[in-house]
Amino acid sequence: MMKRWLLVILGAVVATATWGAENFPPPEFTGGYQFPPMNVPPPRAAVFAYLDMAVLVAALGLASYFALRLRSRRHLFWLTLFSLGYFGFYRRGCVCPVGAIQNTAMALGVPGYTLPFVVGFFLLVPLLFALFAGRTFCAGVCPLGAAQEVVLLRPVRVPAWLEQPLSLIPFFYLGLAVLLAYLGSGFLICRYDPFVAFFRLGGTTGIVIFGVALLGLGTVVGRPYCRYLCPYGALLRLIAPLSKWQVKITPTECIKCHLCADACPYGAIKPPTPEEEPVRRREGKTRLGLLLLALPAMIALGAGLGWRVSGLLARVDPTVSLAERVWLQQQGLALGTTAASEAFYKQGRAYEELYAQAAGIRQRFAPATAALGGWVALVLGVRLIGLSLRRHRLEYEADPAACLACGRCYAACPVEHARVQGLPLELIGAGP
Amino acid sequence: MSDLSEKKTRREFLRDGLRAAGLLAFGGALGGVLSQGQEETVWQIDPEKCTQCGKCATECVLTPSAVKCVHQYALCGYCDLCFGFYKDQRVDDSTGAENQRCPTGALERSFVEEPYYQYVVNEPRCIGCGICVQGCQAYGNGSLYLQVRHDRCLNCNECRIAAACPAQAFVRVPAAKPYILKTKKAYG
Repeated sequence: MMKRWLLVILGAVVATATWGAENFPPPEFTGGYQFPPMNVPPPRAAVFAYLDMAVLVAALGLASYFALRLRSRRHLFWLTLFSLGYFGFYRRGCVCPVGAIQNTAMALGVPGYTLPFVVGFFLLVPLLFALFAGRTFCAGVCPLGAAQEVVLLRPVRVPAWLEQPLSLIPFFYLGLAVLLAYLGSGFLICRYDPFVAFFRLGGTTGIVIFGVALLGLGTVVGRPYCRYLCPYGALLRLIAPLSKWQVKITPTECIKCHLCADACPYGAIKPPTPEEEPVRRREGKTRLGLLLLALPAMIALGAGLGWRVSGLLARVDPTVSLAERVWLQQQGLALGTTAASEAFYKQGRAYEELYAQAAGIRQRFAPATAALGGWVALVLGVRLIGLSLRRHRLEYEADPAACLACGRCYAACPVEHARVQGLPLELIGAGP
Repeated sequence: MSDLSEKKTRREFLRDGLRAAGLLAFGGALGGVLSQGQEETVWQIDPEKCTQCGKCATECVLTPSAVKCVHQYALCGYCDLCFGFYKDQRVDDSTGAENQRCPTGALERSFVEEPYYQYVVNEPRCIGCGICVQGCQAYGNGSLYLQVRHDRCLNCNECRIAAACPAQAFVRVPAAKPYILKTKKAYG
């Protein structure tokens, strides 16, 4: 208490005097002593950021060329290794488009934070490429994808009943990460990035275990992070179906041999549809109508639920959790201090200021969490509608939303082999 | 068959339209990013908020940490009995390691002129634990304080120390002005 009063008096002295009153006034040297300059090494020069952008564009261009024109798995694999080296181990995982989602959300929601151009560029350019060439970013540029691509040894097929719900997680994760970054409560994607610990050769125990577990799983399940977690993959999933050029497995006529679907470790190749009976078609139409009618209600329900749980989610914010802790301690409901509350006491800030700050953050969480709830319901509803839609396929086709353009199917397709080696297509029954 | 091809063109038309919309959105977003100004940011410690909890030494993805102690000489009292240098409880006032506060002996003392001594941080030795800062802050002028060293910092998108900092002292500052200099005033 005494010390605090002393501080107040000292502060008053400082406010009135132009010259500060240190505990020990700086000496007046007689021997001509000069203050050494404070050593302030500058950060990485801006020119390197342009290098990163150039490498990104070049890698995206090459990946698109290898996947769609050259149709070469081997070229793609070497590019993947390069990206693992450059964006992964050399740049140590930052800057990356996956994380850039959060900076963008934060720039929109947190006043005073402006989005650095490099980060905006990294977010947008792979999306632009996806608009024309599909998910070639995943194929050869993303270091997280590369880390999993190189460990995939014996892929097993994930059954549809598991694949469908798991592939929704990235959309939920995206929503949550955008919400937290928008409200300035932290970067979820960076915090739970499983492979960045390898790139930096060090990380917390939990994350290292998570990363090792994912890589272990990745030896039998193709790219588990990309398919079931990656929030940037969710964005690409939405955009890639619009792409102008898409992976076409068979160069000419498909002989329906099923080899490509067997070779695809990502379950992205859809078989030709059987002739369907008209009865089932009518059933499907009724279900589709019902789902379309139910969608707004689902969204409203999701938003309502979100609003209700916003108080719970708000505790993720460090200021909110600190305010709760300090309040509990003041009320005598919690004994001892946490590191954060101890720091708060040391800083000597006013309680009211902290409580008001936390209340403000809570208020912003409520509508945001409602929006997140609505988003979750929308994703679920749209997926249900998508399941009710029937697409007619005459041959094996790569689903552009799920296809990571790795090029394995080309290597498996006999018609492609015939084309590459210049053999007559009649040999494999695909000729005219 | 004619039905099918018609369906295909309808889908393709839709796709082209959506792609055009996507291109427009891309242009708009790029314009938005460009109009924001191109300011890069880097992480830095606000010395006013820092409580020297010691997490800087342990949480950084680098070992040793990218955070180190800096010395703003213009604020220093050049004391003979420096509380950043000496332990509170010591055998005597000799400069032996057992009397030094710094666990790695990174704070080096040299004679300037009677009765003043200069203290220099030997950066390669400093681990950023902030123990010397505590002493200097509590009894001295606070001329020693922790800063992120940008020759080492990887500028992770979410700084791990920032996420763990109990004082929320980590802030993003413009890359053009990457250090926070203390102003001349009293530090009790």
